[in-house]
Amino acid sequence: MEWILEPWPWYVAGPLIAGIMFLLLFGGRTFGMSSNLRTMCTIGGAGKKADFFAFDWKAQRWNLVVVAGAILGGFIAANFLSTDISVEINPDTVTTLENLGFASAGEAYLPNELFATNALTDPKSLVILLIGGLLIGFGARYAGGCTSGHAISGLSNLQLPSLIAVVGFFVGGLVMVHLLFPLIF
Amino acid sequence: MKYLKFLIIGIIFGIVMFKSEAASWFRIYEMFQFQSFHMYGIMGSALTLGVLGTWLIKKYKLKSIDGEPIKFTPKNKSFSRYMYGGILFGLGWALAGSCPGPIYTLIGAGYISILVVLVGALVGTFLYGLLREKLPH
Repeated sequence: MEWILEPWPWYVAGPLIAGIMFLLLFGGRTFGMSSNLRTMCTIGGAGKKADFFAFDWKAQRWNLVVVAGAILGGFIAANFLSTDISVEINPDTVTTLENLGFASAGEAYLPNELFATNALTDPKSLVILLIGGLLIGFGARYAGGCTSGHAISGLSNLQLPSLIAVVGFFVGGLVMVHLLFPLIF
Repeated sequence: MKYLKFLIIGIIFGIVMFKSEAASWFRIYEMFQFQSFHMYGIMGSALTLGVLGTWLIKKYKLKSIDGEPIKFTPKNKSFSRYMYGGILFGLGWALAGSCPGPIYTLIGAGYISILVVLVGALVGTFLYGLLREKLPH
């Protein structure tokens, strides 16, 4: 059972993700995580400001329970199922990141430069995290789904719109990492 | 109790996201640098089984545990919303190194600062709701 404490290889994780999608389908639901953001806006009263949020959020309670589970799962995995959580990325990637100023590359799960609690006092990392989140939320709703809804659920159902969205995900990601990162970091 | 199964599914999802390192900013960066097969392997194998299973569900008209037929809602046909929205999402995915599922996993793993990303994502979703009528779809 030692392998459980090690990082899980792709051929374990990928099939498990497909399994999660099928469990939800057999539960009469669909796999999509970003719609929870809309539900949370509605619970917060956004329906008074825009019709987009005026819907019966109670029908989405099951998905909020999935969110609660995902939080719990993260807690269990980090505290009880891991010994060393540093992510062993490609040494070339480590070098590139070190040149960008990420000294924690290869030695942490998330870059300390952005995510360590004391980085929250740095206005630059705060703005980066906020803008990153903004783009995730805006883009996911505009595209009608995120990695789970389009890249997994949608493509599994051979949906052309999902393919367009996934191409968009990669265009955006490549532009950010290759063109914008050297300007930001 | 009817929600218990969704809680268990969520727990499995959270564990898989963390243990596969799909919730790691570093893995997302490495993926966009094409310097590892890891993330492509995760998505590729999930998708291969996903396509196969979805095809089987349709072919054999399988039913959910409630006895209802499993329905697949086709996405509305369009180009602009998927491409523009997709690009914006991709920019955020690479910058924050996290997509909507792993955000919750990382909260559970104890990364306080990911809450800033969550707040940003909620504001972004809200802004989309306000601007929706003015955007090309």
